[in-house]
Amino acid sequence: MTTRIVELRKGILKKNDELAAGLRNRFTSAGVLVLNLVSSPGTGKTAFLEWTLRELRARGAQAAALVGDLETDNDARRLAASGAPVRQINTHGICHLDAEMIAKHLDGWQEVSLAGLNYLFIENVGNLVCPSSYDLGERIRVALLSVTEGEDKPLKYPGLFNSADAAVITKMDIAEPCGFDRELALRNINEIRPGIRIFETSAKTGAGMDAWLAYLAEQARPS
Amino acid sequence: MHELSIAASIVESVTESAAAYPGARVKEVRLRVGALASVVEDSLKFCWELATEGSPLAGAALVIHILPVILHCDACGADAEIAGVQSFRCPKCGELAADLRQGRELEIESIELEEPDPVAPDPVEEKV
Repeated sequence: MTTRIVELRKGILKKNDELAAGLRNRFTSAGVLVLNLVSSPGTGKTAFLEWTLRELRARGAQAAALVGDLETDNDARRLAASGAPVRQINTHGICHLDAEMIAKHLDGWQEVSLAGLNYLFIENVGNLVCPSSYDLGERIRVALLSVTEGEDKPLKYPGLFNSADAAVITKMDIAEPCGFDRELALRNINEIRPGIRIFETSAKTGAGMDAWLAYLAEQARPS
Repeated sequence: MHELSIAASIVESVTESAAAYPGARVKEVRLRVGALASVVEDSLKFCWELATEGSPLAGAALVIHILPVILHCDACGADAEIAGVQSFRCPKCGELAADLRQGRELEIESIELEEPDPVAPDPVEEKV
């Protein structure tokens, strides 16, 4: 028997990365800004997105959403109430969305043409670990954190927070009764992802949403 | 949680690459995994056993080489390794540094194959 060592230097998620790169090209040439929203279950991604879709539509922008969950289409039905086209992706046990699921659900989505959209939101499966490894072709990855979760969440999940382009703190309306230490949370986010844009919001009162919408508009503008 | 998907991707990829060496058995698979890659070493090793069971890769060892995070500091220009992943500050000057130079890798570095020795040609018998 002889032994041979073969250098491969091959990305383990190469297939996903290639698919994601293809999606990113499609999104860029269609002129649609794609955002991937990631958080724990219960942070309020859906409420935040409901508000965002409704306000964007009210301002004349075309927005759509793909929403990932293990089971049920409850979130898609909630989001569809905004009037925006929404498609549910059920992963049936898989803890994250991948580029193939996005590609599959974009194809054959009758009511949506990418070229007609300004924004496409992808609401990932509630999970702060696994989605960080899977590129979906998005331009902006948004990490969300609610005031009920503890200020040290970014320190516990550095892989995800460090990969984010923007951070959103949700449920600011109940920050005080929760004893939320705002300064500490901001410091922790910044310690893991220095210089990241942070939005402090409440989908209930609308607080902080103007800054978020301004950011979206600024990012959507062709450079 | 997604280590099983990752293990399955490694099996697929290594099987593809090893096909170029017919008759060879994969003895070892070596990975480079960044400290920020969100992969748990023990969990991946456990899933590796499951993913390779009953496949041509059964019994192959998985060696995981964890790479620390290296940051480039704009303030002092250093490229420096940080201890842990709790604070993204330049260890040289203490400034926050956002420019990640290493730490997200998730790749198969190499595989070790065991190949049968080439069959020696029959010795030519000398005619008397």
